[in-house]
Amino acid sequence: MERTDIATSRQLEGEVARRNSEAISHSDKPGRRSEASSDDSGLARVAAPLANAAAAEHAIACSVPRGGGWRPGAKWAREDTSARVSEHLDTPRHGKAKVAAQIAALPAHQRPPLRELGRRSEAAASPFRAMPPDEATGGQPFRPPGALPKSLGPSQSVPPRKREPRATRDSARDSGPPPARGNGAPPPLVTSLKHGSRLVIAAACPAARAFGLTPGMAITQARALVPDLDIRDADPAGDAADLLRLATTAARRWTPLAAVSGADGLLLDITGTAHLFGGEAKMARRIVRLLARLGYTARVAVADTPGAAWATARFRRPGEGRGRYAWGNRPAQHPSGPGLRRGDGFVIVPPAEHPAALAPLPLAALRLDPAAIDALVHLGVETVGQLAAMPRAPLARRFGDALITRLDQAHGRVAEPLDPVIPPEPIAVVQRFAEPIATAEAIEHWLGKLMLHLVTALTQAGKGARMIELVADRIDGVPQHLRIGLARPSRDAAHMLRLITRRIEEIAPGYGIDTLALHVRRADPLGAQPFEERLEERAADIAPLVDALANRIGDARLWRIQPVESDVPERSLASAPPLADAARPTARLKSDDVRQLDRGVDLHPWHPRWPRPARLLRRPELLDHVIAELPDQPPRRFTWRGETHRIVCADGPERILGEWWQRTAEAQSVRDYFRVEDEAGHRFWLFRRGDGERPETGDLAWFIHGAFG
Amino acid sequence: MSSATIAELRESLRAIQGDGLKRRPVLPFGVAALDGRIASGGLRLDSLHEVAAASPDPSDDAAATLFMAGAAARAWGPVLWVVRRRDLFAPGLYQAGLDPDRVLYAEAADDAEVLALMEEGLRHRGLGAVIGEVKRAAMPNTRRLQLAAEGGKTIALLLKRHAREGGNPLHVPSAAITRWRIGSAPSEPLPVEGVGRACWHVALVRQRGGEPFETIMEACDETGRLALPARLADRTAAADGADRYSYVEAA
Repeated sequence: MERTDIATSRQLEGEVARRNSEAISHSDKPGRRSEASSDDSGLARVAAPLANAAAAEHAIACSVPRGGGWRPGAKWAREDTSARVSEHLDTPRHGKAKVAAQIAALPAHQRPPLRELGRRSEAAASPFRAMPPDEATGGQPFRPPGALPKSLGPSQSVPPRKREPRATRDSARDSGPPPARGNGAPPPLVTSLKHGSRLVIAAACPAARAFGLTPGMAITQARALVPDLDIRDADPAGDAADLLRLATTAARRWTPLAAVSGADGLLLDITGTAHLFGGEAKMARRIVRLLARLGYTARVAVADTPGAAWATARFRRPGEGRGRYAWGNRPAQHPSGPGLRRGDGFVIVPPAEHPAALAPLPLAALRLDPAAIDALVHLGVETVGQLAAMPRAPLARRFGDALITRLDQAHGRVAEPLDPVIPPEPIAVVQRFAEPIATAEAIEHWLGKLMLHLVTALTQAGKGARMIELVADRIDGVPQHLRIGLARPSRDAAHMLRLITRRIEEIAPGYGIDTLALHVRRADPLGAQPFEERLEERAADIAPLVDALANRIGDARLWRIQPVESDVPERSLASAPPLADAARPTARLKSDDVRQLDRGVDLHPWHPRWPRPARLLRRPELLDHVIAELPDQPPRRFTWRGETHRIVCADGPERILGEWWQRTAEAQSVRDYFRVEDEAGHRFWLFRRGDGERPETGDLAWFIHGAFG
Repeated sequence: MSSATIAELRESLRAIQGDGLKRRPVLPFGVAALDGRIASGGLRLDSLHEVAAASPDPSDDAAATLFMAGAAARAWGPVLWVVRRRDLFAPGLYQAGLDPDRVLYAEAADDAEVLALMEEGLRHRGLGAVIGEVKRAAMPNTRRLQLAAEGGKTIALLLKRHAREGGNPLHVPSAAITRWRIGSAPSEPLPVEGVGRACWHVALVRQRGGEPFETIMEACDETGRLALPARLADRTAAADGADRYSYVEAA
């Protein structure tokens, strides 16, 4: 690479004057966790008194087989409760009792299992993965004796999301042997992704990587390697949404030109903005710290071109610099920086030095096609520097333009425009007054004018308002707020104005209002709307009515009922928003789905004939003095609310079984419903808990659940 | 003078006199025994009707509820149901013909809000029925509702629930066109074990331009229609085995 080339390119770039920084993020919290586990400085201090105590105990009496008492170096003794243990050791007591007291002093979840105390009556933990809790029996979830319930473990933080496969691979390479995990450490965490027909690891936490689990490995293999692996579903869409939100934040805070780069990076054009944050180094450090606060470990590289920044951030390990670049890994100076670890930080490539910085990097740093990389490696070209030194014409002929373009983009000979994220702008219209207004008529007049502007702004944005807030600034500085909601995205100025003027008396004008503003707090996309034309008589749209009612009583108190396929009466319906789609969603079945064979008509979830009351009691009420024959006869007589009813005729039972998939407790439960009619002609819906034969189905108590007309 | 002119004059005269009830939109019950005794030949669509349960008993209350649900089910469009408590059970209303997709529920904090929401619904003109549940509604309030309903095609049904202190909820003066009292009646006896089709005591306590009456009807079927009970043998005798057999033969 000749210097003239670089100079030219810099000058060319000078017009755009682009310096890019690239941030890569991946989750960092597991990393902190693994660091914490390696801290064993207090071990020696703890071990000495424990050893003394053990010797003393041996001297007194030791009836434990195989000469083992409790072992001074046992894992549980290494926990950070050592201070408390040694404190107890100071008090002179007798051997076993003393140890028992020490153990009793520990919190329940830190007490050593009997097996660690040398007694062998307890079974060892299964080496296989812990079974999921058995729902059907309602029992406790199976857990190996040594394992702790997750909620009781020492302060653990679940990493939000893994972001970067590449970073995980790097860390796996430089990590040592798999660390032994203490009892309380949470299990290694990986996320799984369906790839074709198999599940593979999408990302792994550092603890998992230390066990040799790498992204791309099959989940079954990982499970065989690490039995108690914590596997969760990956959420690529959620990751992308988070990254986009991060880019939006960057575009609001640091630079107007921020773009998402791949699945795990951001490209920020910090030309002309770095000095606002105290220079490139300070800015990079701030970015790293902010991301650390959000729970991400970031690596930031600042270079002249997007390609160079991309490559440096991903392929240059901090610490590899040869004194030429500014490295941000100075943990001694920033011990308090949250999340700043050794090995993380930022890289700043000085101006015009990016070719030298790129030269030792592998070819993958150029964002090349994997096939091209393979072919180049085959030819003996392994670094960017080697590639740049090769003659261009044969390269272009052999590998096409893409390779040359990438090389030039990285070196700055070809411009690489960013596709910036545009932060959404809130829609608002404001009207200021020279003279404050105070009357309802004046407010209404100006609201009418403002609403027209608002509708124009909404039309330009292609949106319909769902929530509008009126802010009236009073001259004494007490703003008045009025918020209206719309059930359906709307741009109907008359309708919105009607809703808002109806509540105009809620505004207290005080000494006068000098600014009126309408803010759109929530908006949904709304395409072009046809003109209202009434050629034939049609049913009016009920959306305006819903708006009017909702603004009077609130959204929560306006609903619609949707049927749910459940036999349990309380669960057979669900509330829905008032303008929810009436049609039930019918899922498209696959061609080989067995349900395709069902050619019957689509039945309504509610049966038209099975007796259901018009009003349901909020919860079933217990009946007294019920006389009924077992197992399946309706009651002859019952007392409810102090009134005795004698049954003349009855229908039933309609047996409704508990839904074991909803709650474990109702796996066995049964309700036998009866429709009964008393002498006065009143009809009730009663049920008995239990089927009258098996005691586990219920205690045979009678309840009333509703009344029929 | 041509007959057309005379018809026109008669019409204007009827409009002045205010007895043009017959030509208003009406929701008939489809049962001659009922429609023939109501002055307007059914429930007038553009007006307010009051319904009360015969007693505070839940069963009577459910009968009154289903009576309203059946009327709303036979009306033409969406239904607004304003409640004070969320105790309606939509599967039960579905069995009276009221499809859940048609009903919009609103919960009001007090009686005044119920009436205000009902008025809002009536003035919208896009609803088939508006139903409200109140304990008390004074004459001015019901008149307001009646005025809001005039000129539209929305039937207004007001369920007057029994207050805690007792008293007949239909005794309060009201501007409603008809006032109904609905209560459960013993069901039709069956030749086998079981509960037959439910029956109601249906009483039209007061109506504008007509006489009150009282009868027993079969409860709403799944399309919301009432029916006249079939003439059966005496109920107490029907419980007897021999009579039951003869009934089966007769049927």
